[in-house]
Amino acid sequence: MRTLYQFHGGIHPPGNKEQSTQSGIARAPLPSRLVIPFRQHAGEAAKPIVRVGDRVLKGQLIGMPVGFISSAVHASTSGTITAIGAQPIAHPSGLPDLCATLIPDGREEWIPHAAPSTSLRTGFDYRNSDPAELRRQLRMSGVVGLGGAVFPSDIKLRPGNRKIDTLILNGAECEPYITCDDMLMRERAAEIVQGAEMLRFMLEAGEVLIGIEDNKPQAIAAMRQAVADNGFSFEVVAVPTIYPGGSAKQLIRVLTGLEVPSGKLPTDIGVQCFNVATAYSAYRALAHGEPVLSRIVTITGNVRRAQNFEVLLGTPVRDLVALGEALPDTDRYLMGGPMMGLPLPLQHGGAEPSGAGGAAGQLLPQAAGFASNVSQLPPTDIPLVKASNCIIAASGRLFPPAPPALPCIRCMRCAEACPADLQPMDLFWFSQSKEFDKAQQFSLFDCIECGACSYVCPSHIPLVQYFQFAKSEIRAREHDQQAADHARERHEFREYRFEREKQEKAEKLAAREQAAKQAQPAASANPADAMQQKIQAAIARAREQAAASQPKNTDHLTAQQQAEIAEIEARRAHIHELAKSADEAPDNHSEGRSQ
Amino acid sequence: MLSALLVMAGIAIVLGAVLGFSAIKFRVEGNPLVDKIDAILPQTQCGQCGYPGCRPYAEAIASGEADINRCPPGGEEGIHKLADLLGVEFKPFGGGTVLKPKSVAFIDENLCIGCTLCFQACPVDAIAGAAKQMHTIIASECTGCELCVAPCPVDCISMVPITEKIANWKWKYPVYTLAQAK
Ligand code: SF4
Ligand code: SF4
Ligand code: SF4
Ligand code: SF4
Repeated sequence: MRTLYQFHGGIHPPGNKEQSTQSGIARAPLPSRLVIPFRQHAGEAAKPIVRVGDRVLKGQLIGMPVGFISSAVHASTSGTITAIGAQPIAHPSGLPDLCATLIPDGREEWIPHAAPSTSLRTGFDYRNSDPAELRRQLRMSGVVGLGGAVFPSDIKLRPGNRKIDTLILNGAECEPYITCDDMLMRERAAEIVQGAEMLRFMLEAGEVLIGIEDNKPQAIAAMRQAVADNGFSFEVVAVPTIYPGGSAKQLIRVLTGLEVPSGKLPTDIGVQCFNVATAYSAYRALAHGEPVLSRIVTITGNVRRAQNFEVLLGTPVRDLVALGEALPDTDRYLMGGPMMGLPLPLQHGGAEPSGAGGAAGQLLPQAAGFASNVSQLPPTDIPLVKASNCIIAASGRLFPPAPPALPCIRCMRCAEACPADLQPMDLFWFSQSKEFDKAQQFSLFDCIECGACSYVCPSHIPLVQYFQFAKSEIRAREHDQQAADHARERHEFREYRFEREKQEKAEKLAAREQAAKQAQPAASANPADAMQQKIQAAIARAREQAAASQPKNTDHLTAQQQAEIAEIEARRAHIHELAKSADEAPDNHSEGRSQ
Repeated sequence: MLSALLVMAGIAIVLGAVLGFSAIKFRVEGNPLVDKIDAILPQTQCGQCGYPGCRPYAEAIASGEADINRCPPGGEEGIHKLADLLGVEFKPFGGGTVLKPKSVAFIDENLCIGCTLCFQACPVDAIAGAAKQMHTIIASECTGCELCVAPCPVDCISMVPITEKIANWKWKYPVYTLAQAK
């Protein structure tokens, strides 16, 4: 028996997982319309490589990865691309993003699985392949972390500066209501463990630990069976059920006792972590040449038929909601779990994607931005993507609106609950007063936005919303600072260029004068020649002047334009004056500018 | 007694040497205060402060000649930062100040006559073009200073506010209801 460790804090919200595990994974019917976003992964959005009107096959590449952190996007079924443009997607901003609309033809016609150019080969012998080629295949197959962060898996498999001792397969699934990983492990354990072996091979990792929370005995049994059947020496570990035990750093801590230092990655301590569904899709991609075209999504909450469905990426949330048969008093939908999920905008009005969104701590939901008296709003048109693990139909009965917030009483319950061992009340104070430097000093960026602090706060303060705000504000400022530094550089270079040009001109002038002086005595020897030269020079000057005046576009201006120009000239002259006086002022330290 | 004096004298000499050496070795070039102020200014280089660019304004602030509330692109936040740096009171913008959303310039390429006037006005070389050729803004370099707008004789440059996209979106300051005191 392996000794397990504990992480700081954590909470025990009601699991609510039984509802959706009563029946197995069902395949959702083919939707009549798919909307496939080109940004379904962390990093750069994929670049569309199809055009409106193109007929595409199931599995055909439609979005090419661009840049280092990016991933491919594929047609989830065969059909016709009818539009490429900005469409609503699941994002806390409520802003639209670039998507392709695909009308399925119902034939589900696959691309040839073995075409070498698409790197899709059946029965692929990964052990005799170059790991770099395997990583390329994962990238071109659109394999990303399906636990929610959707980080491209090929990047996580690159050899770093440290050897990977432990590969952890994350099957903890700690967030309430969500059961998609549980059902996947119960039903497709063999493929998951084979995928894990491929990942282990690519990382050259020593041991493989599969962490599953002990509230999923069937999944644990299925995975143990699959490991034994395949003769692998992986260890399936039942870990205690505690939220957020499925968060990477916390799971690493529980299984190995190692702490990922602040600002570091698990690989820095020799550990790499993948979600079970990611291992499954890596297996499908490498062994069967299948890109990621579908995923398992839980539909649960205020529904008649809570269940897991395998849905094609791009399926509208509305279709899944229909399969789950949402009850009439449903007033909004969450994508993801009740702790970290995202409230979805409804079709007509209803819950505006309030900037203060984020479901963090929705079990004690924030009252922000939804009207509980609206009944039966049409479900949303937003597509299901690689990050969508769960759709929860919510109602006032299931998730009563949070009572209004009270001031912080510094009870420290949030600090006790924080799995990252932070001081949320201090972070809250610095975030709400916009003292971002201090928030950073208090390790704001170690916050995993789990919502445990909001969940326990007796004052019902939406703490996580403040942390999200502060983090994005800090990132934006860093970006602005970089832009300003860049502009300063360019401006200084320009000044330097002017200075140089001025100097060059002066030098040329001096040289010309010198030459003229030397020419003078020779010319005066012959007065007629001198006359001739003068005339030639005058003609040349006149030509030059004529040429110079040609492209001038300051003629034929309206009075208004002329007035404007005069004004600008005045402003310029003024600025020039100021510049001069600034230069001349003795104690003005203009060294920085003049060099 | 004597040894104590010698030790003290020795220490004094060594420290003096160290100080003298570091004064030469770690001499700070230029005026560090101007650099610090300049680091806060947004580098839009627009001249709205009344100085020909951010650095001259920084110099003017450092010499006590200019107020800290003259830079509209820096916003109130910039004034706060300057106030913190200089240890003076925050001072709001004067009445006439207009705060505009951050924009980039856009040249209507059908109208551009290639006069190079905008090109000459741009403080950060964000305009590409040559004489009698159509000119284009390099949007990623444009600071939105508007200096190119007025010089254009055919009015083909407009300022386009930067729209919010997924890539530059920020979480908003949380709004929630505070319980009423009873
Ligand atoms: S739990 Fe809430 S009230 Fe208590 S210290 Fe934390 S923020 Fe303040
Ligand atoms: S501070 Fe962050 S990591 Fe800690 S409990 Fe709150 S949301 Fe979770
Ligand atoms: S007003 Fe314009 S030039 Fe002056 S400091 Fe601000 S950005 Fe720079
Ligand atoms: S392009 Fe125009 S607005 Fe942009 S930085 Fe140059 S002069 Fe300023």
